[in-house]
Amino acid sequence: MTVIKETDVTAPEFDEGEVISRGRLVWRRFRRRRLAVAGIGVIALLFLMAFVGPHLVKWSYTDQDLVHGLEGPSMRHWFGTTQLGQDVFAQTMRGLQKSLVIGLLTAFFSTGTAAVVGSCAGYFGGWVDRILMWIVDLLLVLPSFLIIAILSPRFRGKTWLLFVILLAAFSWMITARIVRGLTLSLREREFVQAARFTGVPSRKIIFRHLLPNMSSFLIIDATLNVGGAILAETGLSYFGFGVQTPDVSLGTLIADGQASFLTYPWLFLFAASILVIAVLSVNVVGDGLRDALDPNSTAVRARTRTK
Amino acid sequence: MLKFLLRRFANYLVLVGLAACLGYFLAATSLNARANYENRNPRPSQASIEAKLNELNLNNHTPVVKRFTRWAGGVLHGDLGKTFDEQPVWSEMKRRMGVSLRLLLLGSLFGAALGVGVGVIGAVKQYSFTDHFTTGWSFVLLSTPVFVLALLLKLLAYKYWNPHLGDSLRLSYVGEYTPQLAGGAITHLRDRLSHLVLPTLGIVLGQIAFYSRYQRNSFLDVMGADFLRTAQAKGLRRRTALVKHGLRTALIPMATFFAYSFGLLLTGATFTEKIFGWHGMGEWFIDSINTRDINVVAAVIIFQAVLILLAGMIADVLYAALDPRVRIR
Repeated sequence: MTVIKETDVTAPEFDEGEVISRGRLVWRRFRRRRLAVAGIGVIALLFLMAFVGPHLVKWSYTDQDLVHGLEGPSMRHWFGTTQLGQDVFAQTMRGLQKSLVIGLLTAFFSTGTAAVVGSCAGYFGGWVDRILMWIVDLLLVLPSFLIIAILSPRFRGKTWLLFVILLAAFSWMITARIVRGLTLSLREREFVQAARFTGVPSRKIIFRHLLPNMSSFLIIDATLNVGGAILAETGLSYFGFGVQTPDVSLGTLIADGQASFLTYPWLFLFAASILVIAVLSVNVVGDGLRDALDPNSTAVRARTRTK
Repeated sequence: MLKFLLRRFANYLVLVGLAACLGYFLAATSLNARANYENRNPRPSQASIEAKLNELNLNNHTPVVKRFTRWAGGVLHGDLGKTFDEQPVWSEMKRRMGVSLRLLLLGSLFGAALGVGVGVIGAVKQYSFTDHFTTGWSFVLLSTPVFVLALLLKLLAYKYWNPHLGDSLRLSYVGEYTPQLAGGAITHLRDRLSHLVLPTLGIVLGQIAFYSRYQRNSFLDVMGADFLRTAQAKGLRRRTALVKHGLRTALIPMATFFAYSFGLLLTGATFTEKIFGWHGMGEWFIDSINTRDINVVAAVIIFQAVLILLAGMIADVLYAALDPRVRIR
């Protein structure tokens, strides 16, 4: 996003004569993107809410306050209650917990898989490359939403970790392609050649030389994947193909709330807006990270050129 | 060009075939249609359950490979099997495909055209209010799941728009048309349109946000390019240079994004159809997973795989048409 002012671009990157580490340089560039910093703050706040919030109210997400069913927000029930008298605040916080944890784990596994598959395909080349890229092509033809929906009856009643694994298993393909491309060019560089000729095993070359050299890209990708994973999870849960009752996620809450949301909008609005805020702040942070870690990316290059 | 397209087409045909096989295997092993009969009250006799399951090729006691060969043999002869209600899948699919394709076509055309327009304006007027406004909103829209957006549109129409619009302009949010509507062609057309607006908005907004973000970046890149300065130095006005030389170059990456975004569009259409009660392919898919209707699920997978690969081919052609440097071997 371009909230950055034009004057910020011309601000000196570092003071003269000062030697600064890459970490501090990145942090300085990141700090200048005020929106991205705010995004980190919002994410921290959401985590705090999700894990501390449930202890602030006396209702758990399954409790039923039968006398006060279907009431709007009040001091007693901050976000109102459902038809069964369940506290919407407690439910939303529980759902937020699930969605955040699933999003983070999925992004981590998905980027990890992409890094390993992509670098192997690029480094080894030949038939390894052909088979791996062929699998990528095949998985790209089948929308992951369809596959996970079809497989959902199989993990009904089992742990939600299985759901995380499925989500990750069908979201790494595009990143893997990019990692492969990066590997192809890194592979020919002198330091990799030197390592190879001195007999360093391939596994070590990939994990010590190739992957660390694309860490910027991997960090950015993992961050942006968190947003995508939360969207995928809530979407599947919305149709009942993801997180299963009695557990709740923001997706199932929105699905439950939509039955009568035209007359009782609080059943839907709180969960929906928290979902949008969470994904939005993750995306803003990812965008800020991209500009800070990778100044050659299109957005920044264009900005400095048209200055 | 033709040879290239044919080779691409053959490659895609193989992928569609594999995707369909994989989809069928997944569906046939994880969905169990037997439970549908066994849960009936009164419960049918065991022999009749088996007979029915065998007739529909849904018997989970038959080895999956055997069921697959029967299904694949049918598909190769243009027979997609029968639904759980013993109707041919194809006859229902014909009707539903039209509904889905209308939504997808409108979504991708309006989404791409408006998105590119918004992106270009954002780039030309960089840092202006319009630019901040559109990038801000595209960020919000990209972070909003389609189902939240669709439900919000419903809420807005119910609470704020419809009370202020006259009877004739009221927006509908259930189904594609009013059943048993009396009146002439104009009334029917208006009725269709009033049902069309909200679902289309539901998927177009996300597409606009998607395209405008990339188009803005790509156009900014082009605006600083040397060839545009040269064009202006030769005497072209800035506007002419931007439109004639800039836009075409900036559109090249969009061809790739079109192929990529089409998968997202398909998933998005599933939500819109379900929420607005359109009887399209997406809605059919969700319903048939819940009724464990394997043949229907497989048919929807074929439909989506064909569309995704068609989008890929269109992207290839657009790429070659836009970029003269692309040499087709």
